[in-house]
Amino acid sequence: MNFRLGWRNIWRNPRRTLVIMSAVIIGIWSMIFLGALMRGITDQMVRNGIATLTGHIQVHHKDYRNDPVIENSITEPEAVEATLNDILPPGSRWTPRVRVNAIASNARHSSGITLVGVEPRREDKISFVAQAITQGRFLKPVDKNGIVVGKALADKFETKLGRKLVLMSQDTKREIASRAFRIVGIFRAEMEATEKQFVFITMSAAQQMLELKKGISEISIILSDYQEVDQVTVALRTALSATDYEVQSWQELLPMVTAILKMYDGFIFLWFLVVFIAMGFGLVNTTLMAVFERIREFGLLKALGMKPWWIIKGVLIESFFLLILGMAIGNSLGFLSIFVLPSTGIDLSSLAEGMEFAGMSRVIFPIIESKDVITANLVVFVLGLLVSVYPAVKAARFTPVEAMAHT
Amino acid sequence: MSIDVKMAWRNIWRNPRRSILTISAIAFASLLLVFMLSWQFGSYDTMINSAVMIHTGHLQVQAKEYEEKRNIRLVVPNPDAIGRILEQTSELAAYTFRANAFSLISSEERTYGTIVIGIDPPREARVSTLKKLIRQGNYLSADDSNQALVGKLLAKNLNVVLGDELVVLGQGRDGSIAATVVKVKGIFSSGQDEFDRSSIHIPLKYFQDVYAMNGAVHEVVALGKSLEYIPEIKSRVTAGIENMNQKDHLVVLDWMELMPGLIQAIQMDLVSGFIFYIILIVVVAFSILNTFLMAVFERTREFGVLLAIGTTPGRLTKLLLTESVSMTMVGIVIGIIAGSLITWYFQVHGIVFSGAAEVMRQFGLPERMFPRLSVLSISIGSGIVLVITLLTALYPALKVRRLRPVKAMMSA
Repeated sequence: MNFRLGWRNIWRNPRRTLVIMSAVIIGIWSMIFLGALMRGITDQMVRNGIATLTGHIQVHHKDYRNDPVIENSITEPEAVEATLNDILPPGSRWTPRVRVNAIASNARHSSGITLVGVEPRREDKISFVAQAITQGRFLKPVDKNGIVVGKALADKFETKLGRKLVLMSQDTKREIASRAFRIVGIFRAEMEATEKQFVFITMSAAQQMLELKKGISEISIILSDYQEVDQVTVALRTALSATDYEVQSWQELLPMVTAILKMYDGFIFLWFLVVFIAMGFGLVNTTLMAVFERIREFGLLKALGMKPWWIIKGVLIESFFLLILGMAIGNSLGFLSIFVLPSTGIDLSSLAEGMEFAGMSRVIFPIIESKDVITANLVVFVLGLLVSVYPAVKAARFTPVEAMAHT
Repeated sequence: MSIDVKMAWRNIWRNPRRSILTISAIAFASLLLVFMLSWQFGSYDTMINSAVMIHTGHLQVQAKEYEEKRNIRLVVPNPDAIGRILEQTSELAAYTFRANAFSLISSEERTYGTIVIGIDPPREARVSTLKKLIRQGNYLSADDSNQALVGKLLAKNLNVVLGDELVVLGQGRDGSIAATVVKVKGIFSSGQDEFDRSSIHIPLKYFQDVYAMNGAVHEVVALGKSLEYIPEIKSRVTAGIENMNQKDHLVVLDWMELMPGLIQAIQMDLVSGFIFYIILIVVVAFSILNTFLMAVFERTREFGVLLAIGTTPGRLTKLLLTESVSMTMVGIVIGIIAGSLITWYFQVHGIVFSGAAEVMRQFGLPERMFPRLSVLSISIGSGIVLVITLLTALYPALKVRRLRPVKAMMSA
């Protein structure tokens, strides 16, 4: 009964209802749309971080993260691999790598880089590099002397495909090992810093050059479902003894990204509140006016014996319908405006360097997160009802005589 | 006060509750914009200055192409001549000379490839924060020779402590082998991992001997008294270099060219900030439009009467616009005052980002940030709010003109 009354009441003056609803619609739309944009930015950041050799989980020698030198390698990878086979959920992929600091040089230039020894067949399912080759090809397992370098590094060294590049690093016996490689492929990355930092050779070449035997520096794991990361990390930690190994999830491996994610969570919530306040003024104002317009009516109701509480309930039910309708339309508009955005994302190439400075990527794909949608709607709904209490109480307070005298 | 203005003013206060709410919405929007813009502008200055002070400086004189190629042979052969030009520039705070070479650094057990930087200790202390970043040991003194300052992360990677020896192996300017042994005199930490991991600093004189620099340097680094003077200093130094007939050989680079990422990060922040503001203003504008519209609906009868007794539609529009303008102005003034007060409070006390400390540190930013009130930050925001509200007010004000007196008087 109350609900039917409320529903009919709001359509007694459709123009007013539409005006109030438009405020709710715009508010919700902006929350959903901007929330999705910001999530798109952070999601891309996480993806880049994970694809740039991090993976979801990594296993290292326990001292490697603190002191990434060749001595702190996993000397018996078989034991770890057996554990991984046992514990990882089906669909997970993983690859071993050798990763040490080295110096690359050619006739004209030299520079500090990170040498990464990979198993080509497995690496191409884990990290970005195999897909990012723009000239030449990725490594093959048989490439004894092949090396893949970033475009920026190749430019800096004034070199190109087919030219020689000498790598120098410390081997397990603390001697300087050096070896010449030939550039077989050039990759591009989202970030220039990545292109300058990493060079890739085959695992066997790296192990041979550094006298590692079968030793490796890290194992990078990608799970089929990233939401299982925490759980799997814990499981691995228990299975692999902490005296020998360290298991870390991407949140720990990329503290900067994790920190930015947290910051954005705060931003998004703050943004919701700000939008709500801006919208709330309009909401209160229009509801209040709608109430004042109907002073006579409320007075009459009261004269007929309606309790003040019922009137409050009546006005709140009207607000409820307005909010629900506005939210429904606002949400659909929000989703719609995100879906009509080009599937190529929003290209920010002109600002690429600035994005890079902040560790972000060149193209933003908006992402709708259910968490944000729920928060946005909750904020609007709860606060919206809360601010409607004021006009509702006002309506309940009119004394019958005073109200009915009002024209 | 003309009769119209008086009427508008009284109309506003006929329904004080509604007017106060509308004014609050406008005040809230301008308050927020004043604060946010002051905040953005304030953080840019902090960002630029702290990034610049770690190492880069406001301005550098280098050999052409040195910035891209970092080749040891691309030198500034006569740094003192550049120094003389800089000394004649009054807006300059300080300047120093530096030389860089990529070399192999070995401790007893480890070897890393890093940049060796030759610095002029007393001068460097005035240009960069290096001296203040020393966490262990001491800064270099003017007469040190084979002493070095090492970044904290590099020291950890090399596994060295104060007093340990490092073997430096590189290539000199003339192509000869440059080799020496230096002692760790101090360990610095800037918080920026990249900087703390990749360089050691030795005295410039000693660097010039070891790398056969023959008195030359790679960078003349200058710091202006303030950011605004940089273009002025740049043109003066460029002119000075032209007078020396070194134009084809030397270039003057300012911080925007030395750190293109920084200026683009700022541009991006500005752009994304403006997207936010625009959406915020759209939301506020809708709020305001609603109240204006409702006010007009409510007063249909009244307008009918006014028209019937001979008020021209033009005058009615003017009346309504006067009402909106007055409300907007009151709202904006309140917003500016409240916004300035809040901003001023934080300008004095600063804002601490406890959660974001890690992020800020990597950008070389202090944890406490200060917004900065300026004419610009106050006027931009309130200007936009003013324009948007006036545009919003136009719609109901023009709608009134189409009212038919008889029909309007009949409505409830």
